[in-house]
Amino acid sequence: MALAFDEFGRPFIILREQDQKTRLRGIDAQKANIAAGKAVARILRSSLGPKGMDKMLQGPDGDVTITNDGATILEQMDVDNQIAKLMVELSRSQDYEIGDGTTGVVVMAGALLEQAERQLDRGIHPIRIAEGYEMASRVAVEHLERISQKFEFDVNNYEPLVQTCMTTLSSKIVNRCKRRLAEIAVKAVLAVADLERRDVNLDLIKVEGKVGGNLEDTELIYGILVDKDMSHPQMPKQIEDAHIAILTCPFEPPKPKTKHKVDIDTVQKFETLRKQEQQYFDEMVQKCKDVGATLVICQWGFDDEANHLLMHRNLPAVRWVGGVELELIAIATGGRIVPRFQELTPEKLGKAGMVREKSFGTTKERMLYIEHCANSKAVTIFIRGGNKMMIEETKRSIHDALCVARNLIRNKSIVYGGGAAEIACSLAVDAAADKYPGVEQYAIRAFAEALDSVPMALAENSGLQPIETLSAVKSQQLKENIPFYGIDCNDVGTNDMREQNVFETLIGKQQQILLATQVVKMILKIDDVISNSEY
Amino acid sequence: MPIDKIFKDDASEEKGERARMASFIGAMAIADLVKSTLGPKGMDKILQSTGRGHSVTVTNDGATILKSLHIDNPAAKVLVDISKVQDDEVGDGTTSVVVLAGELLREAEKLVTAKIHPMTIIAGYRMAAECARDALLKRVIDNKENAEKFRSDLMKIAMTTLCSKILSQDKEHFAEMAVDAVFRLKGSTNLEAIQIIKKPGGSLRDSFLDEGFILDKKIGIGQPKRIENAKILVANTAMDTDKVKIYGARVRVDSMTKVAEIEGAEKEKMKDKVNKILAHGINCFVNRQLIYNFPEELFADAGVLAIEHADFEGIERLGLVTGGEIASTFDNPESVKLGHCKLIEEIMIGEDKLIHFSGVEMGQACSIVLRGASHHVLDEAERSLHDALCVLSQTVNDSRVLLGGGWPEMVMAKEVDELARKTAGKKSHAIEAFSRALVAIPTTIADNAGLDSAELVAQLRAEHHNEGCNAGIDVISGAVGDMEERGIYEAFKVKQAVLLSATEAAEMILRVDEIITCAPRRREDRM
Repeated sequence: MALAFDEFGRPFIILREQDQKTRLRGIDAQKANIAAGKAVARILRSSLGPKGMDKMLQGPDGDVTITNDGATILEQMDVDNQIAKLMVELSRSQDYEIGDGTTGVVVMAGALLEQAERQLDRGIHPIRIAEGYEMASRVAVEHLERISQKFEFDVNNYEPLVQTCMTTLSSKIVNRCKRRLAEIAVKAVLAVADLERRDVNLDLIKVEGKVGGNLEDTELIYGILVDKDMSHPQMPKQIEDAHIAILTCPFEPPKPKTKHKVDIDTVQKFETLRKQEQQYFDEMVQKCKDVGATLVICQWGFDDEANHLLMHRNLPAVRWVGGVELELIAIATGGRIVPRFQELTPEKLGKAGMVREKSFGTTKERMLYIEHCANSKAVTIFIRGGNKMMIEETKRSIHDALCVARNLIRNKSIVYGGGAAEIACSLAVDAAADKYPGVEQYAIRAFAEALDSVPMALAENSGLQPIETLSAVKSQQLKENIPFYGIDCNDVGTNDMREQNVFETLIGKQQQILLATQVVKMILKIDDVISNSEY
Repeated sequence: MPIDKIFKDDASEEKGERARMASFIGAMAIADLVKSTLGPKGMDKILQSTGRGHSVTVTNDGATILKSLHIDNPAAKVLVDISKVQDDEVGDGTTSVVVLAGELLREAEKLVTAKIHPMTIIAGYRMAAECARDALLKRVIDNKENAEKFRSDLMKIAMTTLCSKILSQDKEHFAEMAVDAVFRLKGSTNLEAIQIIKKPGGSLRDSFLDEGFILDKKIGIGQPKRIENAKILVANTAMDTDKVKIYGARVRVDSMTKVAEIEGAEKEKMKDKVNKILAHGINCFVNRQLIYNFPEELFADAGVLAIEHADFEGIERLGLVTGGEIASTFDNPESVKLGHCKLIEEIMIGEDKLIHFSGVEMGQACSIVLRGASHHVLDEAERSLHDALCVLSQTVNDSRVLLGGGWPEMVMAKEVDELARKTAGKKSHAIEAFSRALVAIPTTIADNAGLDSAELVAQLRAEHHNEGCNAGIDVISGAVGDMEERGIYEAFKVKQAVLLSATEAAEMILRVDEIITCAPRRREDRM
């Protein structure tokens, strides 16, 4: 490192404690970064597509996760390299934004980096590559728009939605009953969707899992499922036409926040206090009863005495219900969350057609079903499965399917999957490359080649000859000028994705290309890595 | 430029073949571990805990064995998990599910070595599992309509379940007990209502089912030891010092006399409470919490039997049996539902005194008293009985039954084999492998009994070639025999759960092509 000295011969310190830091500069820095990015992409590459494999991740506490979902793999991988972390972020933002295609985006970024490395070896400046990529991505996104198709569906004809969700689910372990799960996901989304505004609030869909039974027992409940049971074992297990009081105050003596002392110094005081206490419990229960509640759902605990009083007055109650669930119940039943007993009024009660307790298996596991709610806009997907890992993976898969359905409601455009869209884009970008003068042309061509890597990985994972298959499909697309040909992963016998009903959402695909390009640009622009060498 | 590590320091990554090998080996090791406990002549395991006291458990129950193991291999954890779920869901077949999953993976390993892609194997396994289930469905027997026959079915199932356990000597006795107990539940699967009391001493044969209810508590001193036509108040209330629950209340006095006054008031309060309780017109009071000497004395004076510190389940069961509600306030004696029973008395089992409630109104709960030579025997007996109860209670709801003794496996294997012959493509190898894995279960049963498994299984296969054959392995006589005649039955629900979860687990492990192990959390972090 170049050093400057002042007039006394002491060096100016630019970087503190230089000898403890490692520094990579220029082309070395880029190469190292690219290598790290590629390493992450390589891990995910084999998970892509319907025949992709799963990863088993053992967490820091020895817990095991088995998954096929790119975002989850990267999140749990506990990476340490800075660039690798960027890739993790990339997949996470795809997850937040779109919810699906988290593996694809990383594979795509990896391929772009790989191509960039080749261009760097040719001596092209990283900034020029980045610019070329930018132009190419614009071309690709525009082309996607062109080849996309609108498809029509409404509440009664949701078959196309189911088909799209099935494409998403087919790469997961749950593909054994993808049809059923896809239908559940679509029905759930349609139940909460606001078709006028074209918006779906996924918070209204609760995904709950319970180990046991099998995947086929998974069901959609038009209502809320709470993993709690009645506070008193002898309360009724089933309530029809329930009027629900939703409380966030405990059935306990009051605890004022200000500091106070109640001093007992005479017998009279002792006795009045005692009476008051009893009266207090009595009043609390009576208030709930007075407004006409037939079920009390409370965020906090009950005192034994209050519990018995509730039971005695034939007022079933549920205690320790979590905040999020409480909110959902309030939304579903049209009730209001009441923080004080004094504020209870009949209007604030929620209404549900049926509340019942159901027990599972041989252990004492019970859950509370709240169904036929006044406002049916909250639904629950209840997943059953052979083991904990299966449930977790199903939850993730359902989440993906829900996101896809939501995206379709927002934007009805679709593109064809199975690598068809990528191949079409690759052709378009390649054709566009020649129009650009200058060094960028090479970068644009490299981009086209990188686009090919997704169908290539698909073919590889499906056990096909990657190069042969890809070139065959490519020439077919070009010859017939139809962008629907993709990789036949399931060995159906046709590679027309229209026939196979393999769809993906347009925004999902566009987002993949844009996000991947952005991250790669960012990585290419880094030319100096200074890091503490001792971790 | 080498890639500097992407992962943290201690993290490791295993890829492709190596990852697959690691998970296969782990899973098979677990399966082999429990394999020898399978079947009526299976052996037991001794488990010694590393904790204080080095407590020892002797067991034959797959779920218990696996639960106690400390395993590091992630694939092995998957198997432990399925066995646990099997235990929660149907209660029995915990060993079979692990053994079947292990066998499926063993067969898969061979196929992978023969260069068949795991996804193809999975596709084949799925088809096979579906076909096997259909085969079972075709052959189920359902005797729900015929109560007498149904009961005998249940008896047979209970005996089949029990014959692999420590209780096999007295299996008829225990099967009878289990069936009686389950019938009392009237279709509910809440096994909490069946109380199992373990008392060392005597022999297993001395165990009995009590129609009434037994509470493992002592009667307070000076209180009646025998009450006829008892009216019981079941309560959950503080009978020590009844604190003022209003927050921030405290007693502040400035002279000794006042202390005495307050104390008097406190006593008065307690007395009030006792009087209120007595106003219910009861002659027996059961509380979940402690009863102090003072109120106890008051109860004794009133001639009421007071039982303290009955645990929560005890209270709940008592509520179920006697039909009383669990009370915590006592201001409205007229509307509180009291429990009733014909007779409460103290009985002696071995050296311990217990309280016996007989002639109860609602017979939904009952007690089983287990006797046996040692704690280990009793623990194992409890586990075995629990298995039997679980299976029975599930069967009451889903009354389909199958024959046992390797019969269902052979039926499935035959159908699956036929499917393999019909299927074109590489999948057929996987389907064939599935049928081989199924046959491994009767083979293991025979092996564990010290029989010539190759000979027996071959005989069995030949027998099963005929339609509607009922042949299975009779381990006792060591020959192939008609299972229906010998009364060896199993619950359909158990078999189905074994089949489906084992396939699911095998599929899950097969799909993995990379294992990433994160760095173990550092100790400091936890502090």
